[in-house]
Amino acid sequence: MTSNTILKWGIRFYITLFFLYLFTPLIIMSAATFNDSRFPTISPWRGTTLKWFEELWSDTSMWQALSNSAVIAAGVLMIAVPIGVACALFLSTYRGSGKHFIYGLMLSPLLTPGVIIGISTLIFWRSLNVNGGILLTIIAQTTFIAAYVMLMILARMQRFDRTLENAAFSLGASHLQVFRRITLPYLMPAILSAGVIAFLQSFENYNTTLFVKGHDTTLTVYIASKVRTGLTPSINALGLVLIVVTILLAAAYELRRRHEAKVTEQAAAQIAQSD
Amino acid sequence: MYKQLSERFGPLITIGILLLMLLWLVMLVILPQVLMIDYSLRPNLPPSELGGVNDSYTLSNYATLLDNQIHQSIFFKTIWSSVLVTACTLMLCYPLAYYLAKVATPRQAALCVLLLIIPFWINEILRTFSWFIILSYSGPLNALLQGLGLIDRPIRFLSGDGGVIIGMVYAYILFMVFPLYNAIESLDSNQIKAARNLGSGWIRTHYRIIIPHAKPGIATGCIMVFMLSAGSYAVPALLGSPGSRWFTQIIYNWFFEGGDWNQGAAYAFILLLLCIGFIVLVMRLFKVGLGDIAR
Repeated sequence: MTSNTILKWGIRFYITLFFLYLFTPLIIMSAATFNDSRFPTISPWRGTTLKWFEELWSDTSMWQALSNSAVIAAGVLMIAVPIGVACALFLSTYRGSGKHFIYGLMLSPLLTPGVIIGISTLIFWRSLNVNGGILLTIIAQTTFIAAYVMLMILARMQRFDRTLENAAFSLGASHLQVFRRITLPYLMPAILSAGVIAFLQSFENYNTTLFVKGHDTTLTVYIASKVRTGLTPSINALGLVLIVVTILLAAAYELRRRHEAKVTEQAAAQIAQSD
Repeated sequence: MYKQLSERFGPLITIGILLLMLLWLVMLVILPQVLMIDYSLRPNLPPSELGGVNDSYTLSNYATLLDNQIHQSIFFKTIWSSVLVTACTLMLCYPLAYYLAKVATPRQAALCVLLLIIPFWINEILRTFSWFIILSYSGPLNALLQGLGLIDRPIRFLSGDGGVIIGMVYAYILFMVFPLYNAIESLDSNQIKAARNLGSGWIRTHYRIIIPHAKPGIATGCIMVFMLSAGSYAVPALLGSPGSRWFTQIIYNWFFEGGDWNQGAAYAFILLLLCIGFIVLVMRLFKVGLGDIAR
């Protein structure tokens, strides 16, 4: 056996271990849902049951938290996506002094710990008499989620062929027409992806939300408080449901992305041929 | 600024763009930070004394950290634990990122990336919770170790910093994988081949060719993981105990238990300075700019 083969098998072994490390905790957590034990665990196994799903279903505070999270995520989506698109359009157009500074400023929320975004939002808006709650959570989360959206739109914008816009202008189209018929449709796939990411980022956020939530509870806050007080496997049931939904969403997102890449590739190939 | 934009988008859309941008940058990004710093420099006064003689700028909120031994030790523990988490994730991820970028076939790589994305999309709280179950006193890890005869009695993993660090490595590891993978992938494989043909061993090839090329990715991954660890509230809250508090938990207590927002703002600003310091240090160390990081 050459050293190369050993290396190859070594790295394969490592990759297998890595994925085991990644998935075993999630599998254990999911499996504990079906254990008929008051505390979520898989050892010892006290019999298989579905009763924790029932308990979860009948927990009104969970439903309240879920609906709060959905409202917040929808709010963030509606504010952060337009801001992100506007900033990407700005960055892809403006050439001049201060651009680097503005770009750095736009990235800064991504390099700021989530707790600090929560704290500064709480302090600032209290001075305007806005207290913690759903509205403030939307505001705080938008601060950094808009930056994610901006980066995603900007990445697509950089591959945009501006001669398309100029062609439309010389054919007599107005600014609004060009924007609505050319620029926006081109950005649409990125806007949709960014929307999905923004929704998920909001839904999953904990560190920022904790400081600005006021007396309202989101789903992540609900889970964390249950873990510390009054933990039962119904939290695992909730975790399992969220994992399944996440896997479905991730798969759909990935399939769509690949389809998109294929279409773009084919279009590029066609253009290359016609040249 | 207006002229360049309006030439492309016309007046109406340009005004919309500038308004949205200003709204975000001024109301959500700049002013909250400014007010937080302002708060941190003022004493905590009852409402009746606001604007009075005592309402002047002071550094006393910052001096609290210097006087309080416990807070200080927690602060330094937060720093070195976050560095430890960053180093662990880097070492664990590098072989994987290299494999995905340069060894695996495109098909294998695509499958692996999909497998990586799934846990990445699952919430931080749930990922941490899964370790809460594994590490608990009567949990599967203790059962396994006892079953193998490695330990006589269960270990209390959740009563020290060890559990928090294990949880953080797991929660933030994917923020290291993707920047590393993207950076290594952009390296021309011919460079590796050339180095090998010229007689360079594996270690040398990594040290002289691949790692220097992957610098921006390494820097991005380190910055993200350090920032997430130092600023994490979720992981220490779930996996820690009163004896293993994190700096973020002290900040939280100033706000919601101590009721001293000014003091809390000072501590929050110290945490922010720490993260900025780390970012600057990493950028210097790896000689990369902000533009490389955001890619």
